Amino acid sequence: MEAVIKTAFPYVVISVGILLAFQGVLMIVAYTVLAERKVLGWIQGRIGPNRVGPWGVLQPFADLLKFIFKEDLVPDKSTKFVYFLAPMVALTCALLPIVVYPFGPSITSVDWTFLPFGLGEGVKALPLTIAKIDVGVLFVLGITSVGVYGIALAGWSSNSKYSLMGGLRSSAQMISYELAMGASVIGVVMLAGTLDLNGIIYAQQQSPFRWYIIPQFIGFIVFLIAAFAETNRVPFDLPEAETELVAGFHTEYSALKFALFFMAEYVNMFTVSMMCTVLFLGGWYVPGLSHIFEVGSIPYAIVSHIAFIGKICAFLFLYIWIRGTLPRFRFDQLMNFGWKFLLPVAIANVIFTILIVYFLNR
Amino acid sequence: MEPTLASYLALSGILFTIGCVGVIFKRNAIGMFMCIELMLNAVNLTFVAFSRYYADTTGQLFVFMVMSVAAAEAAVGLGIIIAFYRNRLSVDVDDASMMKN
Amino acid sequence: MVGTALFFLFAGLAIACAISMVYHRNPLYSAISLVGVFISLSCIYVTLAAPFIAAVQILIYAGAIMVLVVFVIMLLNLEEDRPMQRLRYLWALGGGLGVLLLGQTFFIFWAVMRAPQQAVDPNTTAGKTMDIGRAMYTEYLLPVEIVGILLLMAIIGSVILARRLAQPQLELVVDREEERRNLDDEE
Repeated sequence: MEAVIKTAFPYVVISVGILLAFQGVLMIVAYTVLAERKVLGWIQGRIGPNRVGPWGVLQPFADLLKFIFKEDLVPDKSTKFVYFLAPMVALTCALLPIVVYPFGPSITSVDWTFLPFGLGEGVKALPLTIAKIDVGVLFVLGITSVGVYGIALAGWSSNSKYSLMGGLRSSAQMISYELAMGASVIGVVMLAGTLDLNGIIYAQQQSPFRWYIIPQFIGFIVFLIAAFAETNRVPFDLPEAETELVAGFHTEYSALKFALFFMAEYVNMFTVSMMCTVLFLGGWYVPGLSHIFEVGSIPYAIVSHIAFIGKICAFLFLYIWIRGTLPRFRFDQLMNFGWKFLLPVAIANVIFTILIVYFLNR
Repeated sequence: MEPTLASYLALSGILFTIGCVGVIFKRNAIGMFMCIELMLNAVNLTFVAFSRYYADTTGQLFVFMVMSVAAAEAAVGLGIIIAFYRNRLSVDVDDASMMKN
Repeated sequence: MVGTALFFLFAGLAIACAISMVYHRNPLYSAISLVGVFISLSCIYVTLAAPFIAAVQILIYAGAIMVLVVFVIMLLNLEEDRPMQRLRYLWALGGGLGVLLLGQTFFIFWAVMRAPQQAVDPNTTAGKTMDIGRAMYTEYLLPVEIVGILLLMAIIGSVILARRLAQPQLELVVDREEERRNLDDEE
């Protein structure tokens, strides 16, 4: 019995971690939607949703109920299997990267020996990461690139011209901007000397600049622009450009299947913001915090975690702000910008970083 | 039954066989292309398995090379398929018979 | 225990997806199945302590090559395969070859029984990114350079292959093809 509990315990801990992380992310996503409607309203001189609950705070749940009870229409001539697969692929690929993110520093000060069955023996640190992979950056980039299938397949299987156009546009757009995104990450990886996300955060603490946004400012800008294109947000929301394509790849989707796409878009925004925070803004690291709290203690972890979420929220606000401000690109402008400007700049940044790293290490 | 080196090789062999049979049966150029990718992947699996069981990095490096070659193959292969489609409005390999007559 | 279960799960998934890829006549279904094979192989690489290769597998195969293939399938709007027109003996040839290869597989299975049953060193660092990177830029520098040149050639080649013909020329080609098909039908 005791042996069984001991074997199962790590899996239980990981499952609880996954549950907590995903619940938290979905809550943040729900309130990002509300915040988007509110902020867009203020930008356009409106009030925004204010009917459900005080100041409209229950609006996301009302939306969810509406999505559940809507009629689920399936186009007659659609390719059924792919039509059902596409939203699942989109949301899964959006949610998966969360497992590698460090949500905060490891908690090392707690003595776990009070746990029954000797479960706490030999446990030194409680990492605030679900899975420890030493290729976290590649994992995130890989899963994000698989996310294209969700949109491309949705566009193809709906058997509608608008959807197909949206799907084609999105796959072309995401393939193009993935390159710039990958190239902009290389600079950070070279400075940090690791592909592990937690390792990158620790490397930033060791570096003289504390945050990589200072030595890698060009990389940061390129990453940010590519991230907007990857998540299909304004000004790169060509796949769903409502004035040309009705709603692009999800024109034919309704009810919960549409909700899955909708959620996938916001979860993608969240994970990309998280990536940007970890790579360029020091992740959960707050300079000077180690003087106030002991490193590895619970308050240190909590404050760091709140700082991490705060940085992410700043990026989410930037997304909304830009949506309220900028018009949409034309498709040829988008392609020209990606291939003829963004990619060369990213590659130049890589070469520049190579030179700097080379002369610093000499 | 723990998976041993032999089980990885067997899996790789089965995948390679399926890919090989697929190349013969498919008549669509893209389908054949995909079957070839499957065969390359089966070979990659043996490389990684040997690399694991003999604790040698070389196998994984070769996987990396195979992937680069596969990427090059995809770029050129799909370019050829698109060019072929523009000329014959089909990607059927049986239609690639201009040289015959 | 868990490792064994994971291996058989993903091995089964890979074989099922591979068979479905060959079985389906619709190229898009084949492509989706192939992505399934790639992802299950990537999971097997993780159990083989090769996380770098696993991540690169998803990034390059599932994320780049197959997206291109799906894009081309959607762009050309390919129909399902027409039934076989080629010679009947291909079935026999394919089946024979399949049996031969399977036999070979089981010969390998028998032959490697003498190979190490356990990993030489279970705590090996062979899969670590650092080791791969170091080997790539010291011992295997020349092959890496050659692969770089190969990729450059592929880029140039595909640009030249896929560039548009001038519009009148393209229409001529299409006209000629349609004419040929009409002639074929009349015959």
